[in-house]
Amino acid sequence: MKTIIVVGNGMVGYKFCEKITAKEESKNFKIIVFGEEPRPAYDRVHLSEFFENQDAKALEMAPAEWYSENNIDLIVGERVSDINRTDKKIITAKHREFSYDYLVLATGSSAFVPPIKGVEKEGVFVYRTIEDLEGMLAYAAKIKEKNPNAKAAVLGGGLLGLEAGKAVMDMGLEPHIVEFAPKLMPRQLDSRSSQVLQLKLESIGLNIHLSKATNQILGDKAITGMEFGEDDVLDVEMLVVSAGIRPRDELGKYSGLEMGNRGGIVVDNKMQTSDPNIYAIGEIALYNQMIYGLVAPGYDMAGVAVDQILGYTETLMPDEIDMSTKLKLIGVDVASFGEPFMPASKGHSIIFENKTQHLYKRINVSLDGKKLLGGILVGDATDYSMLHQIFLNGMAIPEDPAQLILPAIEGGASFGDVMDLPDEAQICSCENVTKGQICGTIESGESNDLADVVSCTKAGTGCGGCKPMVKDLTEATLKSLGIEVKDSICEHFDFNRQDLYKIIQVKEYKTFNDVLDNHGNGGHGCELCKPVVASLMASINADTANKEYAIQDSNDRYLANIQRNGTYSVVPRVPGGEITPDKLIALGEIAKKYDLYTKVTGGVRIDLFGATLNQLPLIWKELIAHGFESGHAYGKSLRTVKTCVGSTWCRYGMAESVSFGIELENRYRGIRAPHKIKGGVSGCIRECAEARGKDFGLIAVEGGWNLYLGGNGGATPRHAELFAEQIDNETVIKYIDRYLMLYMRTAKPLQRTAAWQERLEGGLDYLKEVIIEDKLGIAEDLDHEMQTLVNKFECEWTQAINNPETMKRFNHFVNSEEDDDNLVFVPLREQKMPEKWV
Amino acid sequence: MINIVSDKYKTVKPEDVKVWFKAASTDLFPIDGGACVKYKDLQIAVFNFTRLNKWYACQNLSPEKQEMVLSRGMIGDHKGIPMVACPLHKKTFSLENGENLNGDLDAIATYPVKVENGFVCIGFSE
Repeated sequence: MKTIIVVGNGMVGYKFCEKITAKEESKNFKIIVFGEEPRPAYDRVHLSEFFENQDAKALEMAPAEWYSENNIDLIVGERVSDINRTDKKIITAKHREFSYDYLVLATGSSAFVPPIKGVEKEGVFVYRTIEDLEGMLAYAAKIKEKNPNAKAAVLGGGLLGLEAGKAVMDMGLEPHIVEFAPKLMPRQLDSRSSQVLQLKLESIGLNIHLSKATNQILGDKAITGMEFGEDDVLDVEMLVVSAGIRPRDELGKYSGLEMGNRGGIVVDNKMQTSDPNIYAIGEIALYNQMIYGLVAPGYDMAGVAVDQILGYTETLMPDEIDMSTKLKLIGVDVASFGEPFMPASKGHSIIFENKTQHLYKRINVSLDGKKLLGGILVGDATDYSMLHQIFLNGMAIPEDPAQLILPAIEGGASFGDVMDLPDEAQICSCENVTKGQICGTIESGESNDLADVVSCTKAGTGCGGCKPMVKDLTEATLKSLGIEVKDSICEHFDFNRQDLYKIIQVKEYKTFNDVLDNHGNGGHGCELCKPVVASLMASINADTANKEYAIQDSNDRYLANIQRNGTYSVVPRVPGGEITPDKLIALGEIAKKYDLYTKVTGGVRIDLFGATLNQLPLIWKELIAHGFESGHAYGKSLRTVKTCVGSTWCRYGMAESVSFGIELENRYRGIRAPHKIKGGVSGCIRECAEARGKDFGLIAVEGGWNLYLGGNGGATPRHAELFAEQIDNETVIKYIDRYLMLYMRTAKPLQRTAAWQERLEGGLDYLKEVIIEDKLGIAEDLDHEMQTLVNKFECEWTQAINNPETMKRFNHFVNSEEDDDNLVFVPLREQKMPEKWV
Repeated sequence: MINIVSDKYKTVKPEDVKVWFKAASTDLFPIDGGACVKYKDLQIAVFNFTRLNKWYACQNLSPEKQEMVLSRGMIGDHKGIPMVACPLHKKTFSLENGENLNGDLDAIATYPVKVENGFVCIGFSE
């Protein structure tokens, strides 16, 4: 068995491993990988994301187990220090020797630190590894403690430098970018686009200093500033050097491989160095007199080396390497492709610039106007994928090429449908996936949705820039095959929620097993269908969550909201937000007794956190004794009806909003629906109850109530729509009854009224026809069904504590009275909170 | 290859059982649901998979965020594999071998279970 040793476990080194293990022949090789860093390869391109979540694992290319699962020996934290080419051995810094048949060098690059006086001072960092970032974070925290307005500079206004600038900004330091050249990103952008980018970055708080040569770093031990020239000093307490990269080519130098004049190990189009048993890939490889600092060419090089070693000698590196890039810098799109700069003798440029919106688009076309040669986009790169494809595939362009970058004119011919691309068009350049491969995996039936396509082809798993295109292609291909996206609730049923509603109602099923055995696909249910059926049973039969508690969703099962450490929170109902002092005192005393963290909720109720499973029934016994009942904060059901104080007290009030709010809350309490429901009642148009942000909202006006339906906060806030004007209390109730019942009958699982109403064919007018004019002749059924639910209401906590059978569930252990001993709380502003998640 | 997140919890194969711990009466476990058993300093989630007429046991510790909650999860099957869904974020784990079915979390430890004279017994190697 032959041995391949890979030196370097960065993105490209990892890609080599991934590509080789994907091939059958790799079984004939022993693969050993050395990594100098203490962790397996991670995604350096998205390094600045580490500041947002500080989750090194999330950046991993593959977990450590991946290597052993694929029979690769991964040795991290051990640097390879020399190569003995005569005996075909490598020597590590720990003086261990390993023999190889093939050696793949993928040591990448290190940050280039210019020889500036004082650069060794404390507080000067490079931006390259997770360890660098951790060092920066710790230092930033230290200087911020002394000076909350501390400034930090980044030396270098290139791509990485701007990324580092974002990192510095995220750390809460005042960011300054110092660039030697007279423009930002000098290698990718022309002067005008660079100015647009600069304006945009300055508008979000980055300070930019151009044409600055740093003479020295000031400070005694730690950095206090940068000196550019006489009297030209920038006071900073931290500096991140991002002035370029240097290939880590020492191994090549020591072992006498052919090197470039300015570094880099010379390779041919097989990725072979001057020693045929040694390959070099990624940022140490000098190919065509160039070092390629981008991920995509590095990945291609890895693929070439794999094929060459396995004997597919016809795979060669192309002569021309596409250096197109698209990225989001601090939220600003920047892209360049092909030839971004173009002398007038070679082609014409078409430029669109709008400094007020920080937009710049430039395309370069051939002199005959037929071919796209390259371009630059700043501020909005939505056109990038398409332009890049047209460029790569040499596709024909419109007679007026300006159409490619100008905003589409309504009614005009649309240019650039993804499906028009040729099959060989490369969609994902990181993973080298073509349009034909993406469409093919769907057409062959191997992939049925976007997730399948991504896992089958790996498209979109590199820089992610092609994701929108992959999505469009997937959808268009599915559509062309006539595949409808199924909306059945899960693998156990071929029905959607509305179908199941009818089935359960007509057949009068009473248990989950009845429904599953008679209408399921032969399985045993899952976390998706069980709660849906539980909710339907409740909506149809007025069941509480105590019946069949093992099919209830996490919160319903224990009639409380599970919080992040597995303890629960308790919210008793306070209808309309009206509460007596005695009840308020009772809540406080109970919270104190059980040491519960107490907070007023977003729905203006009182939430008591940190109750263990064993404590829940004890707490509820006391709450019920003081006249409280379940608030259903844990259920997909009515939460609160928020009220303003109304004409009871308010000098502007037109109606008694509190009284009506309480009436509505008590009417709909406990009713299970596809999702939670909130209401609001305001006593005048000042709208203090924020009723228009609720599923149903009322605003008192002269002559009655205005009723608004289908609003919500949440991820997609939406105002409720005006449904009826100047109606009386009785009519309000009639309309809300019908509206909610219709929603409960027809919505999808976990669909709020807002989303349901928005997708309802016919929209609000249709709702008016059904609810007010009874176009479908079902109004009486809806009224009746709702009234039955209202009449059957029972507080499920009272029910639970009075039934020994349902009480069994409230023990952490089935064989012990003890509580969970895994819980750890830490103090927080005179209360407590769970220990932070690791 | 399967890795277990916490050292305390290691899968016990039927042939390695040295102790059959008599945990609790079968009627204390809900139909098609679970409850938690304390054994020494371990917390074991035990499931009464009535539809399959089988019992399963695994660690109660969710490997995702290290909380003792798996016994409170819903059970069922994922493409035929009996599974439990963690109540916190609905990560699903095979009850047969502990594998995470909808992600790449570490596998959870599983334990043999038998019912004797109306009592649920869990197999441990020590």
